[in-house]
Amino acid sequence: MTTEAISSRLPTGAIDTSGPRGPRPKSVTIGRIGVYAFLILSALFFLLPLWVMVVTSLKTMPEIREGHLFNWPALLTFDPWLKAWDTACTGRDCNGLKPGFWNSVKITALSVPVSIVIAMINGYALSFWRYKGSELLFGILIFGAFVPYQVVIYPLIIGMRELGLFATLPGIVIVHTIFGMPILTLLYRNFFASLPIELFKAGRVDGAGFWGIFFRIMLPMSVPITIVAVILQTTGIWNDFLFGTVFAGRENMPMTVQLNNIVTTTTGIREYNVNMAATILTAAVPLVVYFISGKWFVRGIAAGAVKG
Amino acid sequence: MTQIAEPGERAAPGFAGTAAGRKPRTRRKFNIQSILGTTPMIATAIGVFVICIIFSIIWSFTSSKLFPNFNFVGLSQYERLWRTDRWIISVQNVFVYGVLSMIVGMVFGYLLAVFMDQRIRQEDLFRSIFLYPFAMSLVVTGLVWQWMFDPNLGIQSAVRQLGWTSFEFAPLVKQETALYGLVLGGLWNGVGVTMAIMLAGLRGVDAEIWKAAKVDGIPTWKTYLFIVLPMMKGAIATAFILSATGVVRVFDIVIAMTQGGPGVSTQMPAIYVIQHITDRANVGQGMAAATMMLVPVMVIISLQYLFQWNAKRKAART
Amino acid sequence: MTTSVSIKDLSLNFGNVKVLESLDLEVAQGEFIVLLGPSGCGKSTLLNCIAGLLDVSDGQIFISGKNVTWDEPKDRGIGMVFQSYALYPQMTVEKNLSFGLRVARMPKEEVEARVKRAAEILQIEPLLQRKPVELSGGQRQRVAIGRALVRDVDVFLFDEPLSNLDAKLRNDLRIEIKRLHQRLKNTMIYVTHDQIEAMTLADRIAIMKNGVIQQLADPHTIYNKPTNLFVAGFIGSPSMNFLKGDLNGGTINVSGTPIPLTNYAFEQQLNGAAVLGVRPEHVAIGDEARKMPFQVESEIEIVEPMGADTVAWTKLGGQQLTFRAAAEVHLEPGQKVLIGFDPARGSVFNAETGNRI
Repeated sequence: MTTEAISSRLPTGAIDTSGPRGPRPKSVTIGRIGVYAFLILSALFFLLPLWVMVVTSLKTMPEIREGHLFNWPALLTFDPWLKAWDTACTGRDCNGLKPGFWNSVKITALSVPVSIVIAMINGYALSFWRYKGSELLFGILIFGAFVPYQVVIYPLIIGMRELGLFATLPGIVIVHTIFGMPILTLLYRNFFASLPIELFKAGRVDGAGFWGIFFRIMLPMSVPITIVAVILQTTGIWNDFLFGTVFAGRENMPMTVQLNNIVTTTTGIREYNVNMAATILTAAVPLVVYFISGKWFVRGIAAGAVKG
Repeated sequence: MTQIAEPGERAAPGFAGTAAGRKPRTRRKFNIQSILGTTPMIATAIGVFVICIIFSIIWSFTSSKLFPNFNFVGLSQYERLWRTDRWIISVQNVFVYGVLSMIVGMVFGYLLAVFMDQRIRQEDLFRSIFLYPFAMSLVVTGLVWQWMFDPNLGIQSAVRQLGWTSFEFAPLVKQETALYGLVLGGLWNGVGVTMAIMLAGLRGVDAEIWKAAKVDGIPTWKTYLFIVLPMMKGAIATAFILSATGVVRVFDIVIAMTQGGPGVSTQMPAIYVIQHITDRANVGQGMAAATMMLVPVMVIISLQYLFQWNAKRKAART
Repeated sequence: MTTSVSIKDLSLNFGNVKVLESLDLEVAQGEFIVLLGPSGCGKSTLLNCIAGLLDVSDGQIFISGKNVTWDEPKDRGIGMVFQSYALYPQMTVEKNLSFGLRVARMPKEEVEARVKRAAEILQIEPLLQRKPVELSGGQRQRVAIGRALVRDVDVFLFDEPLSNLDAKLRNDLRIEIKRLHQRLKNTMIYVTHDQIEAMTLADRIAIMKNGVIQQLADPHTIYNKPTNLFVAGFIGSPSMNFLKGDLNGGTINVSGTPIPLTNYAFEQQLNGAAVLGVRPEHVAIGDEARKMPFQVESEIEIVEPMGADTVAWTKLGGQQLTFRAAAEVHLEPGQKVLIGFDPARGSVFNAETGNRI
């Protein structure tokens, strides 16, 4: 840089080309460090409980009593996991979490397909085969998405008892179908409504009716949305606690309820390592679903934003 | 009713919006197949969300104890309800819990989303970390945090062992602080979702708005606060509704974390209802409480309609 | 004449993809330059680099003689108008116009004066208290221009500003932008893919393809003397006829039909494969054709009446040839007509390189 640099406005042809050139120099700014610091601290906050869960479940009770919550176990043990699965006690029963696990598997395996098939038909009918009053029914259903469960739970208990369904497997499946219906129906209705109406018209012209169009045209097209629905329902039903407590009965008690019983009602010494192993076991299924499904999961929660 | 936004979309139409805004497809007065196919929906909508609610309200005016009856006692269940400290504290608790967790959750969630939006490395990893707690049951959340907050073996003792002997962090053992412990646990579970919704909202903002703001010389933080945030009404409404419905229903996490204690310091209306229809065998009282739980929902719904009506009126004027 | 914007040896890579390659451009003070090209040609990218919204990989950018290569957009003395208008939706028009100035802590009276002046120029005074949602597309784009106007800058950048508008509004606003330029005499750099916009607005057009400026010239030259086949084909509608043939001693042989290129101003000598470009509007028929240096009998294949005129499709030496005829001329498929043109008005390209010869 010489004297030319003094003048900032120069006539054509005399532009000083010695100044800045190419990309802006990148410097690690304080702001950038701040961004990462904030994100990493937040990540620690979210990860800490998982870490504590895992290390606690692998420690022996004497080591836990020494404190040092965050330390990796000095003496690694898998006994708490075996105990949580097989022999941990809830009251008098000492069968561990496994009956609860199988109950949850049964409940989830039945409730997910039933609730999804029903919601799919609802969404289809509400998009293409509206009848007088169908929109009102849908409005009521959406209202139901916001109603606190406590408002309907007692009359529902009485109703189920009258029908002989209270505290039975079909009973709890019906309850999950009922409370999953608003959001799933909305999900499917919005999906079908986004399809071109010409698809439906073409089916009609080809002579297909309500079920013909549903099975041959709509069902094959709804695979992506159904994946979202399956993720939503699987995690939602597996994680349910309230309906399990109220409607499942002792025979079908789901894993979450049993976990809570194991942890909060143990008589005698509290075995924190067993409790944490049981907690991880209960969280395992939805976590696996979460990590496998990745971005679908995010779509699911956004679509199911009202479910809570 | 609310905004249900797919991530990446801008403000998605609300329930009522989609219903009213779209032209009717096929409309027949009667289609037997369609009615047959939607029998479960008809049964649920009428049988559960209308008849059950009506019964709940009816029984709230009766003296039902262990079993429901129809001995009407007027408003006396409600009078008793609002004289009961346990209920009043429950209402205060859910209010404090709701306001705190919603404000902190929204602010923290938006901050996380904004920081995630800074073209960072490993975005997917951070997203997975912030979101995974939501995949877990609230019972799990409650139990983990109960363990973390353990006064003798939890965070408090771990930090003391590091040498800071006067460190205090065991909110669940004290009546005054137990509720805040609950809020923290709830936030841990749900903030990731708020972040995800907010981030989707941020990404939905027109890139040219950002360019315009840069040319205008508006600092990044001002752009986020004064330009982008007001453009994210859809995402904010979605996140708000999501957390609001969660707050009114708050039950699982309390049962797992504190069982309403110590004392009645973390009692919640939802627990009050369940206890009265089960252990306490006082259905009339439980139903009165349940009916009261319906009130905030009705208020929010009416407000929503009011806003929509107002917006329509405004739109009609121009 | 002083240089307003000067781009020297500018390159931009996204990873391994070269979007702009050692590009040079000099824009004179008060000049209206249009960057024209198909999507993906790098025209918007170039504009964003000038605005400072994209960091360049190499090269320099000068605005009003100042090296702004590393400067923030707000410090470059530019205003920018976007395709999506990019108005701040929750602010009134007035706030939209003044927000940047207020953030820069400009005195209140000055802000008001500038907003007032911009509103006056663009005739949006009655809209000042409205919000963008309450405005039509055309009104919104006026406000967006106003936002550039209040910045009181030397250089205006337009990024496809009319693409979101319908055809009629687009024409109206185009005139308005031209009027604005004549009144303000600012330097304007305008990106579009619409050749009509480019031809009508520009002092000079830069036609771009694959990140390289193909030709930079005034609209007349671009139209009449396209520098290569790409430019020739891109400008004009219906597009230029390309007759492939063998060039030998000043005569091009198009599939057996020799066309003597008498009076054509060759820029270089070539014998071999060449392409003769003839604009459809330079082809005459009937009596007019008789006056032309080159005439040939041909059969009409397809007739497209456009209203103002008629486009007819025929063959010359087996190759497609379209021409424009007056609307009154009656043409029918199968009809034999005499057509003629002056090869000197055409363009001859090297078939191998595609460049004008």
